[in-house]
Amino acid sequence: MLLIDCPFCGKRPELEFRYAGEAHIARPADPSGLGDEAWGRFLYGRGNPRGMHAERWRHLNGCGRFFNALRDTTDDRFAATYKIGEERPMVAEPQGARKA
Amino acid sequence: MSAPFRLGAGGRIDRSRKLRFWLDRKAYEGVAGDTLASALLANGVHLVGRSFKYHRPRGIMAAGSDEPNALVSVGSGSRFTPNLRATQVELTDGLVAQSQNRWPSLGRDFGALNDVFSPLFPAGFYYKTFMWPKSAWKRIYEPKIRAMAGLGRAPTLPDSDTYTQRYAHCDALIVGAGPAGIAAALAAEAHGARVILCDEQAELGGSLLAETKATIDGKEASAWLSDALSRLSHSPNVRWLSRTTAFGCFPHNMVGLAERLTDHLPSPSEGRPRERLWQVRAKEVVLATGALERPLVFPDNDRPGIMLADAARQYLARYAVKPGTRVVVVTAHDQAYRAATELAEAGVEIAAILDIRQDASGSWAEQARGAGLHILSSTTICATSGRHRVSSVEIAPVGRDGKVGPRSRLACDLVLMCGGFTPAIHLFSQARGKLRFEERLNAFLPDGGAEGVRCAGASRGIFGLDAAIADGVAAGEAAARDAVGGGVEAAHSPVPLPKDLDGRRLDPLPHDRSPHRVKAFVDFQNDVTAKDVKLAVREGFRSIEHIKRYTTTGMATDQGKTSNMNALGIAASALDKPLPDVGLTTFRMPYTPVTFGTFAGVARGELFDPVRVTPTHDWASAHGAVFEDVGQWKRARYFPLKDEDMHRAVARECQAVRQSVGVFDASTLGKIEIVGPDAAEFMNRIYVNPWSRLEPGRCRYGVMLREDGSILDDGVVGRLAADRFHVTTTTGGAAQVLNHMEDFLQTEWSGLDCWLTSTTEQWAVIAVQGPDSRKILERLVDDIDLSAAAMPHMSVREGHVCGVPARVFRVSFTGELGFEINVPADHGRAVWQAVLDAGFSRSLTPYGTEAMHVMRAEKGYIIVGQDTDGTVTADDVGLSWAIGKTKKDFVGKRSLARPALSDPGRKQLVGLVTEDPELVLEEGAQIIAEEPTASHRSAPHKMIGHVTSSYFSATLGRGIALAMVAGGRRRMGETLYVPMPEGSIKAVVTNPVFLDPEGKRLDA
Repeated sequence: MLLIDCPFCGKRPELEFRYAGEAHIARPADPSGLGDEAWGRFLYGRGNPRGMHAERWRHLNGCGRFFNALRDTTDDRFAATYKIGEERPMVAEPQGARKA
Repeated sequence: MSAPFRLGAGGRIDRSRKLRFWLDRKAYEGVAGDTLASALLANGVHLVGRSFKYHRPRGIMAAGSDEPNALVSVGSGSRFTPNLRATQVELTDGLVAQSQNRWPSLGRDFGALNDVFSPLFPAGFYYKTFMWPKSAWKRIYEPKIRAMAGLGRAPTLPDSDTYTQRYAHCDALIVGAGPAGIAAALAAEAHGARVILCDEQAELGGSLLAETKATIDGKEASAWLSDALSRLSHSPNVRWLSRTTAFGCFPHNMVGLAERLTDHLPSPSEGRPRERLWQVRAKEVVLATGALERPLVFPDNDRPGIMLADAARQYLARYAVKPGTRVVVVTAHDQAYRAATELAEAGVEIAAILDIRQDASGSWAEQARGAGLHILSSTTICATSGRHRVSSVEIAPVGRDGKVGPRSRLACDLVLMCGGFTPAIHLFSQARGKLRFEERLNAFLPDGGAEGVRCAGASRGIFGLDAAIADGVAAGEAAARDAVGGGVEAAHSPVPLPKDLDGRRLDPLPHDRSPHRVKAFVDFQNDVTAKDVKLAVREGFRSIEHIKRYTTTGMATDQGKTSNMNALGIAASALDKPLPDVGLTTFRMPYTPVTFGTFAGVARGELFDPVRVTPTHDWASAHGAVFEDVGQWKRARYFPLKDEDMHRAVARECQAVRQSVGVFDASTLGKIEIVGPDAAEFMNRIYVNPWSRLEPGRCRYGVMLREDGSILDDGVVGRLAADRFHVTTTTGGAAQVLNHMEDFLQTEWSGLDCWLTSTTEQWAVIAVQGPDSRKILERLVDDIDLSAAAMPHMSVREGHVCGVPARVFRVSFTGELGFEINVPADHGRAVWQAVLDAGFSRSLTPYGTEAMHVMRAEKGYIIVGQDTDGTVTADDVGLSWAIGKTKKDFVGKRSLARPALSDPGRKQLVGLVTEDPELVLEEGAQIIAEEPTASHRSAPHKMIGHVTSSYFSATLGRGIALAMVAGGRRRMGETLYVPMPEGSIKAVVTNPVFLDPEGKRLDA
């Protein structure tokens, strides 16, 4: 079970959280000004990276807050969690084992 | 009765406490400290089971959790457990065990015919043979095969034991309490770490429990062990758990432990849980899981009386049991010499030690030589004999060219084999650690890559008592340093692998017989032989994962603890590839089987899935309600009187509401209170409706969309004040609506000043519906003017009902005049009773969800999720009137402008009436436009829609249905067809509002 570091509560087990999709996809300020294709990209266009992924989680069975996280999709390691509205932190791509 | 093979002295047993036990109705005697296996061996019993596929007689092969053969069922009735390893079953007084997979008895087993006909059962036999006819597989082949092949019977009664679960956190979790694990625990504790130490055995100590001569720090091993345990038990920072298997290693250093609490007690006290699941989150994990002895692969190596050499030594040293009287040892590893020497010292005759190697020069071999044991190097076993117990072996020299020389026969009642040791890397691999093949050991070793997980001792190839302890100390120090930090230094480093590694053999032993005729077992539990593995390669399987699945090697309940490396070695040579290139199959949890009860814990019966009930639940139960599940809620579906069926009860309940008055518990409706200066603005953005001009005291039917334009949920919203809305949602949608709202409020519109609070469980909702509903409410309310002029349809008032603070809504989901009384949930039952009392003379009728459904369908009111799915827009179900046309934006608005969402050919909500009024269409039935004729009944028709709701309406005296039909609103009056197995049904498209389309009854 993953340990997820809620920026408001600290480390808590995965069971308390719910995944909420890719992060940093802002709702356009004026949707009616967008063409169908651009709106379609906003609705459905999502990254599927192998490696670091910025994504949203909600501490559903805890403080109830949404927050963002950087997770390595190859090994589920969380590199960072941060509050909504904060910049995506710079983290090094994972470099394997810390120690033997 | 007394056990003839028990030594008079020695061992970690208590001879004064005699225990009586039964195997297959025969009584035996053991002593305290025995396992079932050691007690059976003390009684000279080797035959304990029949094998999985060929029903061959099998005996005890190992001494621990790696045992593949000796599976027994223990207990009876609701405490019956099959497939337990006799080597791990602690003996208790009165224990009743049964052998498995035999009929009629262990000695005479009908299924053993499988062994005679075994040439007919090669690897993949089932796939190759039972192919046609296809239908026979499920009905005939599989049930028969399952009955013949297999393990113990599943218990037939519900488990009467209870199970418990715990979470724990620690700095260092140490798995395995052998010398390395104990040394690691001592070192970690000394450096200030909070330690959990666990071991699967009853006694901590691992291999130390079978050390009779070694000394550590100048003390006898057993004294060192008890001193160490005493030190650990006095430390407030150490928790040690015996009888506790670390069965799985999960991400972020979570380790699952299964602790067995009562199986070793003769009669568990009531209420004491049988097992406990530990979910341990450790900063650092030290795996001191030891190594598993490998069998040798030679013809008929599976007879009872053929054991692993070091297992036999453990029975001798720990349980004071002589596993035989005359022994032939066959080995490819020095450790077997130690076993032979110690058995010889205990008075067991060693007929010969056969060493497949040309010379053995280790210290154990020297000792054996010194003791005058008969050693034959470069010698193999070609055959064994003995029906229920090995009685002799045929041995032969192997020349330098690999040729097998002339055979000779040696009588014996015990054969000990040793093919080397395989480090137990299961948990390390589960933790996603990397493995490296060490050629000198012929084994895979841990090679980093698992953060916060390290191995110590034999599990990383460090054998020998002193080296293992030194390695454990280093691992414990390093774990403490990494977990505690703060200046802790690791003074010792991990022990390097020695140069003269003694690893050895993975190939089958050479023999002089036809390889096609002999059975040299690799996987004893699944009856896989060397020739099966070779056959799989000949038939084209290349990947070890495929070879594993085709032959089933390593797929038994022991997960190939004794077999995986041998199978890999055979596959590698058959594929003519270096072994590391063949790869290793994946290690998965659990390390040993874990009971379902442990995982379920208290989540059984009523606690398996929580049930939500409304304040009137007990009243409804007492009044004969039939309940239905809606999400986790129990809702009263109908209230049958005497011998009424559902049809008649629902008709009566509907009639009461339509003609006088009914009462309904609507407490399950989701409720959210939205409060704050920006509450109205938030509502404007979330709902399609406009809210700014809705006056306090008025209600509106709200619809919300997903961003893609499809309907998410609906419900009546009351505005209580300029800054306060009482939102209702569907019963099933409450949680996701709140999540949806929170998502937008927290992430997109965090500048809006308002708060969302779930109040679903705070309010009991009592709906009073029907022409007489006002008269009932008037008796209960004195501070709200309920008159039609003062309180019109779709309004809300705050006041008191029966003196209880209440919010009274004038709303209707039935099409009748109606009110919904919201009172604090604690008062719900009392107010419900007051409503019933007030309505008695008006024949007030409680009604359930079924009548509610019928009445709302008569009015064409949709149920989100029943009449809609994730593709349906507000316009599709005729709700475009709800959309605030002047609003610049709301969630989903932009999607509605996409061309596909305004296509006139989209499916639209319509009513359907069947030509035959008695017919009720089936919900989910497909709809077609053209009448199917007899000549092309099976021809494909274009499906143009489907039935979403369908009921018999007693009020209208006919079946009615709601349906989503392509271009439906343009089809009014058209006849459509609903094809059913009995023939197609004619139905006419109508307005979905079947009753009172002008809505006059609402104002009754």
